[in-house]
Amino acid sequence: MVKYCIKRILLSLLILFGVSLILYMLVWNMPADYLEQQAIAMAGSTGNYEELLANLRSYYGMDGTMMEGYWSWLSKFLSGDLGVSFKYSRPVEDVIFENMGVSFTLSFIALILELVIAIPLGIKCACNQYGKLDYIATVLTMIGISFPTFFLGSIVIKFFALDLGWLPVGGLPADPGPGDSRFMWFLDTVKHLILPMVVLVVLNIGAWMRYTRTNTLEVLNADYIRTARAKGLSEHSVVYKHVFRNTLIPLVTLLAGTLPSLFGGAMITETVFDIPGIGNTAYQAMLAGDIPFIMGYNMFIAFLTVIGILITDIMYAIVDPRVKLA
Amino acid sequence: MEDKNEYIEELSEEKVDAVVETEKTTKEDLHGENLTDRVRVLSPGMLVAKRFFRSKLSVVGLVTLVILFLFSFIGPLFSPWSDAGEKVKDIAPGKDKVTVTRIDYVIDGETYSAYDITVTQSPWNSLADPSMDHWLGTDDGGYDLFTNLMLGGRISLTIGFVVIILETIIGVVLGGLAGHFGGWVDNLVMRIVDILSCIPSIPIMLILSAMLTGFGVEGIERLYFLMIVLTLLGWTGIARLVRGQILSLREQEFMLAAKASGLSTSRKIFKHLLPNVLPQLIVSMTMGLGSIILTEATLGFLNLGAPLGTPTWGAMISSASQMLYLENYPNFWIPPGICITLAILAFNFVGDGLRDAFDPKMKR
Repeated sequence: MVKYCIKRILLSLLILFGVSLILYMLVWNMPADYLEQQAIAMAGSTGNYEELLANLRSYYGMDGTMMEGYWSWLSKFLSGDLGVSFKYSRPVEDVIFENMGVSFTLSFIALILELVIAIPLGIKCACNQYGKLDYIATVLTMIGISFPTFFLGSIVIKFFALDLGWLPVGGLPADPGPGDSRFMWFLDTVKHLILPMVVLVVLNIGAWMRYTRTNTLEVLNADYIRTARAKGLSEHSVVYKHVFRNTLIPLVTLLAGTLPSLFGGAMITETVFDIPGIGNTAYQAMLAGDIPFIMGYNMFIAFLTVIGILITDIMYAIVDPRVKLA
Repeated sequence: MEDKNEYIEELSEEKVDAVVETEKTTKEDLHGENLTDRVRVLSPGMLVAKRFFRSKLSVVGLVTLVILFLFSFIGPLFSPWSDAGEKVKDIAPGKDKVTVTRIDYVIDGETYSAYDITVTQSPWNSLADPSMDHWLGTDDGGYDLFTNLMLGGRISLTIGFVVIILETIIGVVLGGLAGHFGGWVDNLVMRIVDILSCIPSIPIMLILSAMLTGFGVEGIERLYFLMIVLTLLGWTGIARLVRGQILSLREQEFMLAAKASGLSTSRKIFKHLLPNVLPQLIVSMTMGLGSIILTEATLGFLNLGAPLGTPTWGAMISSASQMLYLENYPNFWIPPGICITLAILAFNFVGDGLRDAFDPKMKR
């Protein structure tokens, strides 16, 4: 077990290294040169921006070849320094952690809602396989999975915000001033978050529901369920004591896979609803060609992904003793 | 391969198919086979087809796909606003466009409002409402939106098919090599797969699209590059699937038999391993098609997909990102959105149906 973990951690480091190398090569060749524009803007009417540009480049460690740039980025990265964002003019890690709160709140509440609806529904559907509820739920969740994020977002905005005027179009209310009631601010924030949350839940609930359903079907065919029935247990206790718990095993491990979307933000949803979360921030930075931020953000996501996979595999062995790690 | 091992199914199980059954028996009676009176023989392929068509959802999915394909590829031939696959401008003068601008003045603490009203006539029939001539109205360039929708479907669906075929080729070759040879080949391929699947997909697509724009790749070439990019980022799933399947298959007895009878490596891979991977491969290709169309649409939405002016479903929805169109012109973005959703839904239904049909454990 310990040996396996060490091996996996080493492999993860290798993967992260590969990801960073590929990313840096791509980002280095990106056409939008933020520094050049910045230098031109700073030089103003004098027009002599070359010296400024050279200064800026050396300040950000971007003079020299790509490999030199990569090494200087990597050595900084290893000492925990993600560099200074071009666009936000502040350390990348500060910008990431500052904007993460909104994204996390949004994704976390959405995840809870998804699970609370999807797991009971999935179990119900599996218990009445090919029943009416099963059909309806399957079709509806499939439709949810098939929606492009931005399309669902646009429809929801069009009907609930613009046509009916029930909810705000997007954005978030500004922090309450000294005289404002915090409670009203809270209510307003909740109102702004309802639509994005609905979109996230509709899009993701299908995967959870279908996974629960497939799993429950598998568990229902297991020998110990037959034994439980043979003992004469009521259907209720078969389903809620024996099936339910065993269905949860793989679901618990899957939760680790949601790490990137929990902390990394939902880029498209946040952009459509103009929520100032980490996804939206990263999108703006990417459009601007903000190299340190792009590198930092993407490495952050890759790190979460790698950790997520690692935890999933280890959890699987912990929760289910039949699984042997090799 | 399908004819080699035949499945035998008891007739008594299926009363419904009795009509088809009698036809078959009489035919085979001519050849002097009487056993078929009670037992009927179906190839695995026919069994799969039978199970597939028994599920309503898969049939609905298949019909939707056929309709979408006819709509996109045959439809434009009947449209007066399309000429050999190119959209045609409606040059009839458009209706008057009234722009009202409100200007507020504050003079001595009193607020006065002035309205600036300009009436312009568009040189062509732009932003027309849906009518008999233009079923969905026209866009700001005077092009028929319904025709755009059909032409856009061509591109979106073609991209999906080209990319999934390329992905399958790369995935099967690399996954097959990794699974069959193991050792350092396996290690190398799987590490590449790991790295590629840990790169966040939307950001990397954004960067790559920006690069395409930056290097001046425009027009039809941009579409080709887009396909290559989508392929390079998407083959890992298929490679993983093929490798996993081959790893478990090569331990089975029939592979031992193949080895014992001295078959060549390529024959073992192509004749014995791959046909057994095929069911899962087809399912994942079908599902993959949906997700490629989705990715293409997402790029289109971010204005980073197909070249400007080329109608694709994704690019057409992107008008919804402007408040003006989002609020006032739902005929711009709702139809392509519905088309994309329908296409993805249909691919998912068909994929799901195929998976159930291929799975011999599924009994209904």
